[in-house]
Amino acid sequence: MTAISVVGLTKAYGDLTAVDAVDLTVDVGEFVGVIGPNGAGKTTLLEMIEGLRRPDAGEITVLGEPAWPRNRRLQPRIGVQLQASAFFERLTAREQIHTFAALYRVPARAADEWLERVGLGEKAASRVEDLSGGQAQRLSIACALVHDPELVFLDEPTAALDPQARRNLWDLLRAINEDGRTVVLTTHYMDEAEALCDRVAIIDHGRLLQHDTPTALVAAHAGGGNLEDVFLALTGREYRA
Amino acid sequence: MSGLTGTPFGALSIAILRGFVRDRSALFFAVVFPLMFLVLFGALLGNQDQPEIEMVKVGDVPLLDHLPADARSAFDATFDVEESDDLDAALELVRKGDADVAVEQRGDTLVAHYTQTEQVGAAITQVTLQAYVDGANVAVSGRPPKFGFEADRVEDDSLTTIQYYTPGLLGWAIAMSSAFGAAATLQGWRQSKLLRRLQLAPVSTPTIVGARVAVTIGIALGQTAIFLGLGWAALGLTLTGSWWMSLPLVVVGTLCFMAIGLLAGAVAKSTEGAVNMANFLVLPMAFLSGSFFPLDGAPTWLRRLSDVLPLKHLNEAMLDVLVRGEGPGSALVPLGILAAFAVVVTLLAAKLFRWDTA
Repeated sequence: MTAISVVGLTKAYGDLTAVDAVDLTVDVGEFVGVIGPNGAGKTTLLEMIEGLRRPDAGEITVLGEPAWPRNRRLQPRIGVQLQASAFFERLTAREQIHTFAALYRVPARAADEWLERVGLGEKAASRVEDLSGGQAQRLSIACALVHDPELVFLDEPTAALDPQARRNLWDLLRAINEDGRTVVLTTHYMDEAEALCDRVAIIDHGRLLQHDTPTALVAAHAGGGNLEDVFLALTGREYRA
Repeated sequence: MSGLTGTPFGALSIAILRGFVRDRSALFFAVVFPLMFLVLFGALLGNQDQPEIEMVKVGDVPLLDHLPADARSAFDATFDVEESDDLDAALELVRKGDADVAVEQRGDTLVAHYTQTEQVGAAITQVTLQAYVDGANVAVSGRPPKFGFEADRVEDDSLTTIQYYTPGLLGWAIAMSSAFGAAATLQGWRQSKLLRRLQLAPVSTPTIVGARVAVTIGIALGQTAIFLGLGWAALGLTLTGSWWMSLPLVVVGTLCFMAIGLLAGAVAKSTEGAVNMANFLVLPMAFLSGSFFPLDGAPTWLRRLSDVLPLKHLNEAMLDVLVRGEGPGSALVPLGILAAFAVVVTLLAAKLFRWDTA
């Protein structure tokens, strides 16, 4: 079963080709990591798959439906976590997730259950501005999952977290995947991709360089080492945007 | 409320409203700040009568000391008298502007020393003192005066301070909170990626916009209730017959200024930039639209300029229906003008609108 099928996907902004003829398949239930240097085209690729941007060329099928134009039947089946800041100002954690629940016409009870599940039951009455980085990330993930989507996109969910918060979040992400959901995650942490992902897609300059299991990628890399060594060998070491 | 919170429109509206009432500075600028102006203007400009003329009386001035009773009361109402024995010191006071006129009597001649700095005061002084001298001359002649004079006071149509300022300051308050609210929400939601997040939810753009519009109109009607209620209860505001016509004016005015805020939010690159731009558009407009002072004395070109500003039409229409006693029909043309502004600016803002900062 295929959750995401991308064929020949291309998007250019003026002279810059952000996504260049990408073919990518994600199976149902799979945990896929999308990694690449800043400006590699990860965000543009995901935004097209999410139905936010119109491709210049190529085909995208998500859960058996075309992703563009904005597909009403698809939206309730997809959960997207963008950034820990994508909240309504000055609402408490509970009000926040209740609002998102209402947008998807989900009962408030389900929202409260998600709040408990991400460990924010005691923080329900705190305003989002008063949550720590890790708490805000967990709330943001709970808001993306409140309508029980089949496919979840997570945009750097562990950015700027301390090791404790990061490892706890890994457990949560694994559990989400073990529930049977397909998860697509972007990250800059190679250990994270290695630990969580079934397959990793390495992207640079708009092109898909590799798409395989972490073990196979490391094995194929002549120098041995870990996924980070593979990544640097493929994308080079010069500074990016 | 539980029925409403379950729908996307209701949940969004409540989320926006909560965000507003919990934002102390937004509440302050929407409600307290304009009310401060109202109370301040009421106190500063409450007594609009010609101020008394400061007179220094040097030595004995029998002509003024022995005025007939009716002339005496008029004299007391016009002049604030200070006594002095030193003519040079009195002249110095006049020269420095600390007194308006120094008066002495040389034999049978009343001598008034004044400057021309304040021409109206000088003219009043001159004519009044001349009248006393003429009256004294007639009295001394022993003949009854041939001509009589009678003063009859007519109630005037000009408005008291509170009557004039309440509609204009209310118009400014609504313009400010509508424009700032729209500009800050659009930019803030774009910066935080909430706008993107909402785009991914099964909610239509009209639902999102509608919730923001509903909350802003609710806030504007709340501002109106507080302004008119406080003005009536504490500041002596009297509303005229078709005051209720102010409600559709407030609604359409809100839409108009939300559109201006949306335009600022669409053009600006940051929340601060959007609020500054809204301020840049609304504050000068408030000055040119008579929110802070009447434009009757302004040059013609300035008044023509103010005719193209939506706030001028909102203020004038609010004055007409709230305090000038004009009929409901008087608000129809301004309503049309404001609606046209709202449509044109909204279309422009929609054209410049972007979902994200990229």
